[in-house]
Amino acid sequence: MKRLMIGNDAIARGAYEAGVTVATAYPGTPSTEIVSTLAHYPGVYGEWAPNEKVALEVGAGASIGGARTLVAMKHVGVNVAADPLYTFVYTGVNGGMVIVSADDPGMHSSQNEQDNRGYGRFAKLPVIEPADSQEALDFTRLAFDISEEFDTPVMLRITTRLAHSQTLVEEGEPKQAKLKEYKKDAPKYVMLPGFARGRHVAVEKRLEGLKEYSNKTDLNQIEWGDRRLGVITSGVCYQYVREVMPDISVLKLGMVNPLPDKLIREFAQGVERLVVVEELEPVIEEQVKSWGIAVEGKEHFTLLGEYSPEYLAERLGGVAQAQGYGLDKEIPPRPPLMCPGCPHRGVFHTLKRMRLKVMGDIGCYTLGALSPLDGMDACVCMGASIGMAMGMEKAEGVDPSKIVAVIGDSTFVHSGITPLIDVVYNQGTSTVIILDNSTTAMTGHQDHPATGLNIMKEPAPKLDLEALIRAIGVNHVRVVDPLQLDELRSALEEELQRREPSVIIARRPCALLVKPPTDKQMVIEDDLCTGCKLCIRIGCTGIYFIEDEKLAAINPTTCVSCEVCAQVCTFDAIKIVEG
Amino acid sequence: MAGKVMNILIVGVGGQGTLLTSRILAQVAVDLGYDVKVSEIHGMAQRGGSVVSQVRYGEKIYSPIISKGGADIILAFEKLEAARWLDYLKPDGMVIINDDRVDPLPVMSGKVKYPDDIDQRIAQMVEKTMVVDASSIAVECGNVRAANVVMVGLLAGAMGFPEEEVEKAIRAMVPPKALDINLKAFKEGHNLYSNIA
Ligand SMILES: Cc1ncc(C[n+]2csc(CCOP(=O)(O)OP(=O)(O)O)c2C)c(N)n1
Ligand code: SF4
Ligand code: SF4
Repeated sequence: MKRLMIGNDAIARGAYEAGVTVATAYPGTPSTEIVSTLAHYPGVYGEWAPNEKVALEVGAGASIGGARTLVAMKHVGVNVAADPLYTFVYTGVNGGMVIVSADDPGMHSSQNEQDNRGYGRFAKLPVIEPADSQEALDFTRLAFDISEEFDTPVMLRITTRLAHSQTLVEEGEPKQAKLKEYKKDAPKYVMLPGFARGRHVAVEKRLEGLKEYSNKTDLNQIEWGDRRLGVITSGVCYQYVREVMPDISVLKLGMVNPLPDKLIREFAQGVERLVVVEELEPVIEEQVKSWGIAVEGKEHFTLLGEYSPEYLAERLGGVAQAQGYGLDKEIPPRPPLMCPGCPHRGVFHTLKRMRLKVMGDIGCYTLGALSPLDGMDACVCMGASIGMAMGMEKAEGVDPSKIVAVIGDSTFVHSGITPLIDVVYNQGTSTVIILDNSTTAMTGHQDHPATGLNIMKEPAPKLDLEALIRAIGVNHVRVVDPLQLDELRSALEEELQRREPSVIIARRPCALLVKPPTDKQMVIEDDLCTGCKLCIRIGCTGIYFIEDEKLAAINPTTCVSCEVCAQVCTFDAIKIVEG
Repeated sequence: MAGKVMNILIVGVGGQGTLLTSRILAQVAVDLGYDVKVSEIHGMAQRGGSVVSQVRYGEKIYSPIISKGGADIILAFEKLEAARWLDYLKPDGMVIINDDRVDPLPVMSGKVKYPDDIDQRIAQMVEKTMVVDASSIAVECGNVRAANVVMVGLLAGAMGFPEEEVEKAIRAMVPPKALDINLKAFKEGHNLYSNIA
């Protein structure tokens, strides 16, 4: 029976059917569900690794140890894992290994929209790209066979639309998981220069074989139709092309690296006009051009964002949709915002009031950069905040007692520890705030080494952040409750003045992980409210402003009585009513 | 409905339960034997941002996303979101709006005003506009969070989906302890549709 599945769940199913016994990941939208689902299949060991590099290394060890292994991450996670990736391509596998790269064209939930098909050429590994959930399942299964046949890790590249679209899937029979025997083979697995030179030869030879495979495999298929237009495409773009141009000829690529050169030549010769439709970078187009084949591509299509059927219709002249309704009035945008009761809110309110230079990081708290909190100066990638605070201090243009780094607990464990070592070692004086909400909230509340639970929500040894930070050599570590704004502020004032590194752990669980109190309620005393709107500027949906009456009001269905607005009010108009 | 494709856009504010609604609807379409594709939003936008789920079903579906001017029905959990996505509606399409107002940040911080008359303005443009107070109905059923399932009831009415099929899907997808409230919410929504339409 066919079932609806999001692409990520279909990949998990495919991996299970392929006999995967080890699955590792660090969460990241749009990849997160793959390993959280896969970990629950029988016989599969799953783990949240502290970061993607570790996830890939654990995967490499499992593969060398003989297990079929899946490693999943979002596109930027592959950058973190790139070092082991490049060289694991040299060693090759024992048990098959598939690395899922979940790209995010359109940046629904990401800080950039890099195109990881580029890794295929750069790191020299095969890249497979499914176009719906059924293919996600089938291609994942097949990718493990390719991995073992060609002795290489395989990248399964997906995009947000595939990861989070549900389409119908027919499940298959799971293969009996069988470990491959481990045999010591230093020239293959020990990448000293002398051995690595030999492996580079193997990599190039393997690529030749993969090219032949790409020309023959059913992953790449020509669908002949009207030969006046031929489109080469892959992934979800294939669906968009078919939606608006059901009758044209299409070369649908399921293997996007290495490209099937002979098949592409055959297709090019069979059509009058050849166009490549690919989101983001002209990865396919440039290679086809380099073979001297006349092809169109990015002169018609943008390098930015996601495509859609209507966009392709507009650019290629397919079936145009009827014109819809437009509303002439400006619709105010609705950016995401922190939940009512979020422990991060008061921190950013305080940082803004203290006019600090805030080197930020990635997580729910990045929302503190948006108006009305406006509490962040820079944010680049996970773990960057602490190093950037150190650098800003060393530039000597800004008063160091005004610089603070802000980083989440999951992000600190991911990649915040080494920069903190840098601060200590090179005698910086940074003040670091770790926002410890005891979860990886942004990606949907996954556990991590400092939460005390593993991927299966079973008890696990809990990383002691205070002890770790002291061991690094930070002498001033303190824990504050981020819902107590006075406490937070005085801690900050004290630590910023110190000409030594210090860490403030703002500890309070994510508001979505705790039940709101039922024994108290917030009430605004209209007589005391002056309509100054100070409480509105903390950006909480629990409190709003009635313009006609010039009064603030509590929304009892959303407010969770965290009392932050009450502390912000200078007229004592927001009261806590017990009972 | 041979060859015909139905496109349904479910819009709201992150956290309002658009995901569950699209999953229930999609399951019903699967059970009725259609090819189905659903596009969902996970991640950042779920934190109170503007969210959209898209459900397409018919004999054969390619794209998981709906084009502008392509939606047969827009099911909106909030008024402003109905307006934001209105250009996705077909010229003769229907929009069902929960008469709920959730202020976005720029409104909360006083930068812009919430267009209060937005549902009336939509009704002036779109003949088939239905504005309902699903949240109040949900409260009467026992929990305001069941407003999304009240909306499922309205949508099922509009689609002509058999009641038992929808109830089956709700049973399969709603946690047991919330089931009674949700089945009631569905019934109320469904009845409401019959009464209005
Ligand atoms: C290299 C990399 N991996 C994963 C992600 C996805 N991601 C964004 S924020 C985040 C962690 C958030 O957790 P935390 O730092 O604890 O902050 P919270 O969201 O809980 O406030 C993750 C995993 C990313 N942006 N970059
Ligand atoms: S999910 Fe948790 S951490 Fe994220 S905004 Fe909501 S309360 Fe804050
Ligand atoms: S107490 Fe104030 S800040 Fe906290 S959730 Fe309620 S309205 Fe928001």
